[in-house]
Amino acid sequence: MHQTRINHSKEVPKLELGEHHGKGGRNFGDGVFKWMSAVFAASAVFLLAAMVIQMTRASALSIQRFGFGFLVERDWNPVQEIFGAFPFVFGTVVSSVIALLLVIPIALGVAIFLSELAPGWLTKPLSLLVELLAAIPSIVYGLWGMFVLAPWLLKTVYPILTQTLGFLPLFQGVPQGNGRGMLAAGIVLAIMILPTVASVSRDVMASVPKGYREGVLALGATRWETIRVAVLPNVVSGIVGAIVLGFGRALGETMAVTMLIGNRAEISASLFAPAATIASMIANDYSGASDELYLSVLAELGLVLFAVTLILNIASKLLVWRVGRIPGAERSL
Amino acid sequence: MITAKQMFQLRDTGGAVAISEEEAPLSKERILRSQGEEVGALGKMQVKDLRAWFGKTEIIKGVSLSVADKRVTAIIGPSGCGKSTFIRCLNRMHEVVPKAHVAGRVLLDGVDIYDRKIDPVKIRSRVGMVFQRPNPFPTMSIRENVLAGLKLNGVKVSRPDELVEQVLEQAALWGEVKDILNRSGASLSGGQQQRLCIARALALKPEILLMDEPCSALDPIATSRIEELIHSIGKVCTIVIVTHNMQQAARVSQYTAFFYMGELVEFNDTDILFTKPGNQRTEDYITGRFG
Repeated sequence: MHQTRINHSKEVPKLELGEHHGKGGRNFGDGVFKWMSAVFAASAVFLLAAMVIQMTRASALSIQRFGFGFLVERDWNPVQEIFGAFPFVFGTVVSSVIALLLVIPIALGVAIFLSELAPGWLTKPLSLLVELLAAIPSIVYGLWGMFVLAPWLLKTVYPILTQTLGFLPLFQGVPQGNGRGMLAAGIVLAIMILPTVASVSRDVMASVPKGYREGVLALGATRWETIRVAVLPNVVSGIVGAIVLGFGRALGETMAVTMLIGNRAEISASLFAPAATIASMIANDYSGASDELYLSVLAELGLVLFAVTLILNIASKLLVWRVGRIPGAERSL
Repeated sequence: MITAKQMFQLRDTGGAVAISEEEAPLSKERILRSQGEEVGALGKMQVKDLRAWFGKTEIIKGVSLSVADKRVTAIIGPSGCGKSTFIRCLNRMHEVVPKAHVAGRVLLDGVDIYDRKIDPVKIRSRVGMVFQRPNPFPTMSIRENVLAGLKLNGVKVSRPDELVEQVLEQAALWGEVKDILNRSGASLSGGQQQRLCIARALALKPEILLMDEPCSALDPIATSRIEELIHSIGKVCTIVIVTHNMQQAARVSQYTAFFYMGELVEFNDTDILFTKPGNQRTEDYITGRFG
């Protein structure tokens, strides 16, 4: 058998690759394509590096003048050339943490419903609707927040919070007359990152092998027990990844936050009080910043934000990848 | 008379298990063997005119048979004949798949498990199941895997360690895992994982154990160990096993049902079905003319 095959191949005239297309025909196209895609791929890396270098150069003056103290200085007084990033770092982190605390239970509920409980006909339209939330422009969220959410918070929610949880410093103090402040920004951020967190969580839940669910069901488990025993323990890292991804988005969100947070470089324990984030600060001040130092300070703020979101995004990607490594799942039998 | 077991032992050259030659006392139970639902007092489960669908496709087209108590009943047939769907109907696992539904009756000790008052969760804790692909819970240790069913059903065990040992012993796994009980269930080999899944099902002391091609993902040595196991458990527990391997059916079962295109073609003592099949299609299948 083996022998005949060898003989056979000898009789057939050898065809060189690409012979039909003249010299270099098909291989040449392959090579061009390979190099072109390599260049495009490299351009993404190049862009990232170029941005980091440019922003560092733009903020050189500020880095020289303030050094590390920039990050911990609490005062912000452009007239006297006192620039501290701390209130903005604080505002960025706190507003995003509020968003996360609000979004985690809701997003998990949505994800569990969509991947485990919803009847087949409902899954698709509902997933689409949740993902559609991500398609609403930031400025529309901002407008809705200004005209609907903030007044409602002022009239209904703040009084209730003061009455019930007023013993906490978080819910003390007099809100701004228009209702804008840290909490308003956090709530809108939560709505804006809901689609990200919910749909990534749903995807990781759907990636749990059917066999785990059936194994638990066949032992006489209820639906909730099946979710708790077969699904959730296997997706912890994936859900953490989804949350970090949402956190990254919340940190960098600009327009809606600028419209709702009140924009004051202050650090207050009260969630009713106005505050500012790095992104909202830059958006507010870049047009008015005339002298070189001020612009350089804004560039450094941008660099700080960039560093924070970059680190978080990388962390979340790593965590989401880990889902592929459910112990035993990769072991094909 | 040459038995089916001996016949296949003659045919098999390698990998086969030598199962003890002791014969099940069949004579009394022959009442169960014929086509359909002639119910004997020994029937643990009676299936009556069972039909099952995926969407609009009818997978099981009216099957009736009786499962004998503390015996092994094998279901054989070509791929796609509905054998897996059939046993998934016996513990109400078919209906967990979207768009799947069932009609007909399945009596467990005379009570219809499809009665509206019956909670499928309760049925599944009485009728255990072992799947084609071993599916131990990867986030649990071996010990926790064994106790998972009891924990889920809220059963308090006074001496859990003894129970774990006893059940793993029964599943012929104790010797291999007694020193690594706290390791993940997923760290075991495929065959060990499947025995762990059998132990997990046995821990609930099921009245019936359903096995859906439990060896199809395993190598011959692991397969022979599971077959020995089925043989020993089959004496104390009612077993229904689906297999595409006819030799396996002949080796482990006392009764065999042949399914074809969603219908029960023939149901008889295993020895009779394999040596003197009463139906031409059965004969064609077991002699390898199709399938």
